[in-house]
Amino acid sequence: RLNLLTQCFAFGLFYLCFRLLALERFLFLAALSVLKSAGSTHDWVGPPNPLSNLRPIIYHIPDNETELEKRLRNLRQETEDWNHNFWAKQNITFSKEKEAFIISQLKAKGLTLRDEDGRRRSLSSEEMATFYKNFLDKNRVRHANYNKEWYRRNFTITLLMARVTLNSMWRTVTERQSSKKNGTPTS
Amino acid sequence: MYKTPCSRLSGFVGVSVKQKLARNVPRCNQIARSLIQLHRRDPSNWLTYQHFNFLKRQYVSKNTSELHQRAIPKQAPVLTIVDERDDSVERQVERVPTINPAATDAGPQAEDATHKPQDKLSILKSTAENAAAQNVSVSHMTGTPDEPPHVQVETEEERQARLDRQWKQLKVDRADLPDIYARLSKIKLTALVVTTAAAGFAMAPVPFDPVMFFVSSLGTGLASCAANSINQYFEVPFDSNMNRTKNRPLVRGQISPLHAVSFALACGVPGVALLTLAVNPLTGFLGALNIFLYTCCYTPLKRLSITNTWVGAVVGAIPPVMGWTAATGCLEPGALLLGGFLYSWQFPHFNALSWNLREDYSRGGYRMMSVTHPAMCKRVALRHSLGLIGLSTLAPVLDVTTWTFPIISLPINLYISYLAFRFYHKGDRSSARKLFFCSLWHLPMLLLLALTCKKYSRNQEGAALPPASLPLTFPAS
Repeated sequence: RLNLLTQCFAFGLFYLCFRLLALERFLFLAALSVLKSAGSTHDWVGPPNPLSNLRPIIYHIPDNETELEKRLRNLRQETEDWNHNFWAKQNITFSKEKEAFIISQLKAKGLTLRDEDGRRRSLSSEEMATFYKNFLDKNRVRHANYNKEWYRRNFTITLLMARVTLNSMWRTVTERQSSKKNGTPTS
Repeated sequence: MYKTPCSRLSGFVGVSVKQKLARNVPRCNQIARSLIQLHRRDPSNWLTYQHFNFLKRQYVSKNTSELHQRAIPKQAPVLTIVDERDDSVERQVERVPTINPAATDAGPQAEDATHKPQDKLSILKSTAENAAAQNVSVSHMTGTPDEPPHVQVETEEERQARLDRQWKQLKVDRADLPDIYARLSKIKLTALVVTTAAAGFAMAPVPFDPVMFFVSSLGTGLASCAANSINQYFEVPFDSNMNRTKNRPLVRGQISPLHAVSFALACGVPGVALLTLAVNPLTGFLGALNIFLYTCCYTPLKRLSITNTWVGAVVGAIPPVMGWTAATGCLEPGALLLGGFLYSWQFPHFNALSWNLREDYSRGGYRMMSVTHPAMCKRVALRHSLGLIGLSTLAPVLDVTTWTFPIISLPINLYISYLAFRFYHKGDRSSARKLFFCSLWHLPMLLLLALTCKKYSRNQEGAALPPASLPLTFPAS
């Protein structure tokens, strides 16, 4: 029963964090959309999220965003959220299992969690090593799958970015040429 | 862990910007609606401290570490409920940037605010100018009036930490680029790689050509920069989660991934081209092979299997081979021996380093010997430290050095083997650290000793020439 409770707790924590991330991004976006007229035309990157250690990015949406740019932005956003979910879950699970391991080890030794001074007891690095090894072995397939997916997304995003950059450069060049031809300023 | 910012949202007027947001962020519509209801429930003007703080960060000079006293043209009504001296609140405040307070002044006319964007802007601008002033005025209101104005004197560390917590524009500052590139290309590691390649060049038994030396070192350096950049490009989420690597440029968002890849191409293509065309094709091939091994084999393998360490050792062994082939143009046993030195050295070096990073590796999902096979880790480190002694003895056999070399290199080789043995036996943090730091000076020392014992003449039996600053050229035989 305790296991179920901690699982519910972990899930709740994880869900809250995900919603908070969306909330923080939303708030910042709201602020940004007002400040946008003040001249910010770049993406904004924030401080690392405490659970996933990844930095959220607010993507700047230009007025004349093309289909390709929109696809890129959505892909980056989605990848960011997917990454955040994975790492938040990973870190939470790691801490939870580490805690459980320490408690079980101390119990096996017949010690309490805290010593006479009220400080937490910790295990030596050798004792912790079995836990680290276990954690890696248990999550081996999951990590391998994440790896594959991450590489795939990373490549796609970079290729799209390259295409977008080339497109915008081409657009700038053609606009400049046509403006020279017409002699009128382009909009 | 965040405290929910919902409680601080009462001053937030979602409606005024909802229209714009609904266009921009369709997913967040639900949140917007729930927030608006929150606002309607609690109509108090919560001009919170964080509103000003957020604006202050963006518009006030970023270089000041003290809150300056600025002229206070006018004071908007401020209800600061947050005590400025409460550090914990300060920290949470900075995490959740909120809407600017200008919208709150609109109040019941919130619905009409969308029709008056200009007014909003002007309010915003004047508020922004007042922001810094407001901060000081805020402190006056909350702090005791008799105290001097609240001046925060931060240390450099605190300032860096504070700047790190803020939201930043993803805009590349030209002045920062050299530093960013240096960190992207892991400049210290690149310098070590170039040094080993230079040692390989110098050890080759041919007349020393300074131009070729410089060109091959440059090419190797560029290739190494490219490989390191691609490695960092692949590993962004993993690096974010490890303490050792969380300050890398891509992790911090100082440049975009495309920028990093372009930099890698801009270094790698000229580097390999330089090696192929200006030096010789063999060296160019080895350079390209090394980049491939490092980026496409070692980097993905780090998360799949412990064999990554052996691949990494080969990657480290190739630069001195490249230096040798740059000088002679062909792959000789001497080159492979130098590569062998680097290969064997890699194990005590890396195994000792990874021993103290086990928790980070485990959490990050890296499969390293130190985590999954600790006994093997220690055994391999010891085995290869002893192997260095064997390789040093092999050097004069292959006519790379004189027989002086195994003798004078014996002390340092024995010392590192001793530390490796202690690491094997005790396997604790301090012995691992000692071994790692020893490996850092052991390698340059070994290469230097080899250079001083270099055999200049290969055809004269036993007659070793004293090391000269400029090698004598011998008639080709």
